[in-house]
This record gives sequence, structure tokens and C-alpha cells, in this order.
Amino acid sequence: MKKIQTPLTKEILSTLEVGEKILLSGVIYTGRDAAHKRLIKSLEDNKNAPFQLEGQLIYYVGPTPTPEGAIIGSAGPTTSYRMDEFTPTLLDKGILGTVGKGKRSDYVIESIKNNGAVYFAAVGGTAALMAECVKKCEVIAYEDLGTEAIRRLEVEDMPLIVAVSSKGEDYYKLGRKNYLEMKSR
Amino acid sequence: MREVHVRLITDEVERMCIHSNKHLSKDVVTCLEKMKDEETWPSAKDILELIIQNAETASNTHVPMCQDTGLVVVFLEVGQEVQFKGGYIEDAINEGVRRGYDKGQLRKSVVRDPLTRENTGDNTPCIIHHKIVKGDKVKLTVIPKGFGSENMSRIYMLKPSQGVQGVIESVLETVEIAGPNPCPPIVVGVGIGGTFEKAALLAKKALIRPLGSSNEDSYYAQLEETILNKVNDLGIGPQGFGGKTTALKVHIETAPTHIAGLPVAINIGCHAYRHMEVTI
Repeated sequence: MKKIQTPLTKEILSTLEVGEKILLSGVIYTGRDAAHKRLIKSLEDNKNAPFQLEGQLIYYVGPTPTPEGAIIGSAGPTTSYRMDEFTPTLLDKGILGTVGKGKRSDYVIESIKNNGAVYFAAVGGTAALMAECVKKCEVIAYEDLGTEAIRRLEVEDMPLIVAVSSKGEDYYKLGRKNYLEMKSR
Repeated sequence: MREVHVRLITDEVERMCIHSNKHLSKDVVTCLEKMKDEETWPSAKDILELIIQNAETASNTHVPMCQDTGLVVVFLEVGQEVQFKGGYIEDAINEGVRRGYDKGQLRKSVVRDPLTRENTGDNTPCIIHHKIVKGDKVKLTVIPKGFGSENMSRIYMLKPSQGVQGVIESVLETVEIAGPNPCPPIVVGVGIGGTFEKAALLAKKALIRPLGSSNEDSYYAQLEETILNKVNDLGIGPQGFGGKTTALKVHIETAPTHIAGLPVAINIGCHAYRHMEVTI
């Protein structure tokens, strides 16, 4: 399995094939519905984002509270389509990867392709396993949003699947198509 | 009259909120394992294996199996010979949720107002459905319902002439539109009949049945099998990446309805099919 390190580069992402399984390590940032709304608003108001966007990756997750002695609570991906309206803006500003689950809109796929970015899927619901890949966790913005606050995570070997490649290929369409073709043979 | 102190209800709700979020029940694990063995598509098999591993890890380490620990739905069946004492029953249930989500370190996902969206901070209020039944027992069922799957649920007001074919098409359309979003393999709760709101409630009720229990009516038990096969022929597969295992089970619940109508509601449950019940 290919190992990928953040910050991401277009060169590395261009080598990833749709459907490929990878292990991701390095610093990533969390954000879901409310954080995205606030982040986009601050960009519109010409304020700085709470973290440098270039080459970074946003993981759509709202973890459970952190148990005593643990690094983070359960931390599986949330459904990505709710972030679709914000994604092209963030990709245009330098974000190169997003992690979630479920299909993206055609305009998001177009933007991923235009920006040479990638959309990774994590297996929805596998929150206990995903949490084990998190080695460090720190809230860096929007603390009042609780589980939706932006967190800076350091992850090691987080298992992901390339759901939309930098070429704009969509594994949600291809994986199913390939399966149905195999079945009909 | 049999007196039941509401403290008992609080304690049971607290226990079930915590337990159901951390331990996938045996009926679900058995079903997942069987479906994994039957799955022929390699990537689908891998994903099912990960899902089973996740449930084991959650259970062994006492962390929630999914970060979406849900909005709690409680079905409360009260025997008409029961007298509650010590407080108001709905307050007692909400107190159980509050304590469970606090002690269990579960995610608080409830907002006070659907538009202004301020988090209530304790995962209350929960949704409570009451039913008065015969006898002197109290039956409590707790489902922490995740919204990845809840968001993909739909209701149809069909014409009576559309009949069983219309029901099948409605379910298939719902599952198709949902695609990967509700975290397949899913459990499909189908409510047929009643009124607009009754159908939705039946669909939710279908989701509290032990996984794989059949409808008592053999016609509907057969229809559950038929729809399950058709859903799995869609090829959506675990997580939507292709495969046979799109749904673990289809459960149907029905009720009498009006000569002019055929309400059909489809409530989708994710593979983290959490449900627990206790009779006091």
C-alpha cells in the first residue's frame, strides 16, 4: 500500500489511481458543517484562515469527547456532500485533499480535477479504528463549536481510499460499474 | 396498579445509551459475518472485514463504534396498570440520555433550534414515542440514530393502484438516491399504510426489530426477502464501492389505511445498527 505524507503536493497526488488504497501520515485539519461555514465567511471577509491552506488536507469529522488518557474520541468520517458548496473555494485557495465518505457533486469533482487535488474516502462508521491512527490532537479554532471545532491532528498510517482522483475519476461510479460488469459476465 | 419509580427508567436509559453505542449486538455481528463470507467482490469483503474489526475494537476499548452517536429515539410501551412515581416520565428519560451521553463520553449532536442551531450540550431532548398497552410492564427501546442514514430516508404517498410494485420501486429509488451516504450495508425499515406520519413511525419501528427477524405475516416476510434481493442486485455494495452487500436486511411494518391512499415510508439504518430494549 502506498504511503502518503502531508503536506500534499500535486505531483504526489497525480500518481494516485482511483480506487487505490493508501496510508496517510502527517498533519491534517478537521472541519465539518459549521466550521466550513465560518471558515468561508472569514475568507470572504478577507480575514486569515486559522491555518495555512496550501497543500493541506481537511478531514470531515466531528469526534466524540476525548476519554481521559486518550488522544481523541471516536473519529470516523461524516458524509461529505454537505460540505460540497464550500469545497471549490477551499481548493482554489490551496487545499489539496479532503477526507470524508460518500459521493461528491459534479462541480466538486470538476474543481478537484482543475486543482489537481484528491478526495479520499475513509470507511464510514469505522470510528474506533480511525481514532487509533491519531497520534496528536489540538483544537486550533472555533472552540465554541465543540465537536465541530477545527482540530489539528497528527495521524499515522490512516487507511484511505482514493474516491476521486486528480484526473476526476470517481470510484463511487467506477467501483459499482466494475462490480456489475463482473456479475453480468 | 403497579408502581414504577421513574429513577429506574433513568438508570436503564443511561445504561442503554452507553452500551448500545459501544457494543454492536450479536444479531448484527452475526449478520455482518455471514454477509462477509457470502461477498464475492474483494474490495467489498475488505470493507466488511474493517467494519467487523471496528466493532470489536469499540467493544474491547469501550469507545463508541461510530463518532455519530446519534439522536436518541425512545419507544416507550407502558402497561395501563402502571403508575409512575417520583417524577415526570419524559423528564426521567431525558435525564437518562443526559447522564448516558455525559458518562459514556458520547457525542452531543442535538441542536435546540433547527435553524439557529445552538447545541443543547447534553444530547437532549430525545424523541419519545409512547404507546399504552395492556398489563403492568414497561418496555423501553433505545435507538441512538445516526443522521448519515436518517438524512437519506424518504416518504411516498402512493396511489392504491400502484400496489406492491409501487412499494418495491419506492424502496429501490430511496436506496439508489442514498447510494454510499448512509454507510452501507444498510438496514431498510419500511412502513406501509396508516397516514403520512404513521407510515414514518412504522418505518422507524421496523428498525427496532432484532436484525433478521421476519414480519409475522408470511406475505410480508416474503416481500422482505424479495426487496432485500432486489436492493442487493443494485450493486452499490459496502460504502458504495460496488458489491453484493448493499443491505443487511429489509424489515417491513404495516398498518390499516384509507381507501384512497398507500403511504410508504423508508427509514434507513446504517451498519452500526444500534438498538437495545429492556422490560421493567
